[in-house]
Amino acid sequence: MDIYLPIAAVSLDAFTLLALGGVVGFLSGAFGVGGGFLLTPFLIFIGVPHAVAVASSANQLVGASVSGALAHWRRGNLDLLMALVLVAGGLFGSLLGVWLFALLRRLGQIDLFISLSYAALLSVLGTLMLIESGKALWRGRLPGGARRKLHQHTWLHGLPLKMRFRRSKLYISALLPLGLGFAVGVLSAVMGVGGGFVMVPAMIYILGMPTSVVPGTSLFQIIFVAALVTVLQALENGTVDVVLALILLVGGVIGAQFGSRVGARLRDEQLRALLALIVLGVAVKLCADLTVRPNDLYSIAPVES
Amino acid sequence: MRHLLIALLVLGGMACMSAGAARADGLAADLSSHVIAITTGFTGTEVVLFGATDGKGDVIVVVRAPGRPVVVRRKRHIVGMWINTRSVVFSDAPGFYAVYASAPLEQIAPAAVLAERQIGMANLRLGQVEGVRSPGELADYRAALLAEEQGEHRYAAETGRIEFLGDRLFRADVALPASVPTGAYLVQVLLLRDKAVISDHITPLVVSQIGVSAALSDFAERRALLYGIVAVLGAVAAGWLASLPFRNA
Repeated sequence: MDIYLPIAAVSLDAFTLLALGGVVGFLSGAFGVGGGFLLTPFLIFIGVPHAVAVASSANQLVGASVSGALAHWRRGNLDLLMALVLVAGGLFGSLLGVWLFALLRRLGQIDLFISLSYAALLSVLGTLMLIESGKALWRGRLPGGARRKLHQHTWLHGLPLKMRFRRSKLYISALLPLGLGFAVGVLSAVMGVGGGFVMVPAMIYILGMPTSVVPGTSLFQIIFVAALVTVLQALENGTVDVVLALILLVGGVIGAQFGSRVGARLRDEQLRALLALIVLGVAVKLCADLTVRPNDLYSIAPVES
Repeated sequence: MRHLLIALLVLGGMACMSAGAARADGLAADLSSHVIAITTGFTGTEVVLFGATDGKGDVIVVVRAPGRPVVVRRKRHIVGMWINTRSVVFSDAPGFYAVYASAPLEQIAPAAVLAERQIGMANLRLGQVEGVRSPGELADYRAALLAEEQGEHRYAAETGRIEFLGDRLFRADVALPASVPTGAYLVQVLLLRDKAVISDHITPLVVSQIGVSAALSDFAERRALLYGIVAVLGAVAAGWLASLPFRNA
């Protein structure tokens, strides 16, 4: 059943979109990742314009994070103060990101920029995940193994503007979460991702937050940053397709619930190795699209007035 | 907004004309429908143009959508990647263009008439050009624009057929693809005899978005901020609703 997407101005099969949302949701449920970084490239592969894919992914992300964050909220796994500081940084980051996005769009380079940043991001991410899961698979066969220190002090802890985060049992400079929020805000705006894959490791290894509050806090701040990105994209670029976002959301939320059940039963390291391979596969496809001589060297677009 | 205004003006003009059909000396023609509605399920459509002449003659029909500025970009191989480098803007490229004729164009009309009335792909004017350095380059970019539009079926690659039923009645099937732009189209019907235009008439055809998709794109364009906020609230509500059935899981 073809459905006409009003902002993307293309007709696509509604069940394909629903299935796509479902698969990405399933992956995110099974692997505990946001899935935004897979959603945008897949949308581009099926023919959604790059700019609409990014902005609508951000919109979809708002809903997906709400349902995730609610679950963590009920269990109390949330550092509200930390989330608010991250959001504050994210506000400035997404402002800069959306402005950058509009600039690149005017220059006709937004497609290249999105493909390139995804190719770079997914290559790095996939490789890291593959190495990490390989190590974990290897370690699984050895008894014991070295434990890392819980909390290491570096120059980062000497920064001014110290704040106490009770829930995370931390006394650190507010500049750290502000800067982190800023960086993830930029990513969110230009790539339509929540940035969980940057945020979560950074919260654990740079901020030193306890692992239990990390996913909830990360999801909570993503809601606000993705919401702001959605509004700014709608205002500045007019690229948010609500019909697309809603279909993806419905598929995604259902997929995530099944994903989390399946994920609980499978072996973690094998699962992560599999995800790493998927991520690398998408990166290879994006690189190929950029480097192989296209059939058509020319492209046309209406001029925005 | 401008397109809507034109559409209204044309519709108003149609109401003034009796029965909306084009009539001229020796020529009458009309469309099976003057309004094409693009709904959420729109996958393209066909409109029948039909008419009658007062005797033997040849008929040419030109269907065109309003012009709009279009940028054509060319990719070049730079540091291993194919990147958009140069771009050329055509100020007034029609959003849809198709020609129908009862016989090959050059057999029924002199080249001067075809050029003057922009009949045939070679005679289509695309407005002012911005950003070209040489005539050769202009030809390349122009050809690229025509090829892209033909690929999307917005420009008809070949002249369509007008079929005569007997000597006087004729019809043509005008195919509009899923990607047709909205706006007030003009359907020009020409009657020719001995390579001279005897009669010339214009019938309007309005293509507009209707229903939910129209309301949404209109809303997104006019009240972008509110649209963004509604998009966010909708996503929040959907996310919350979707989590309810799994609450106790």
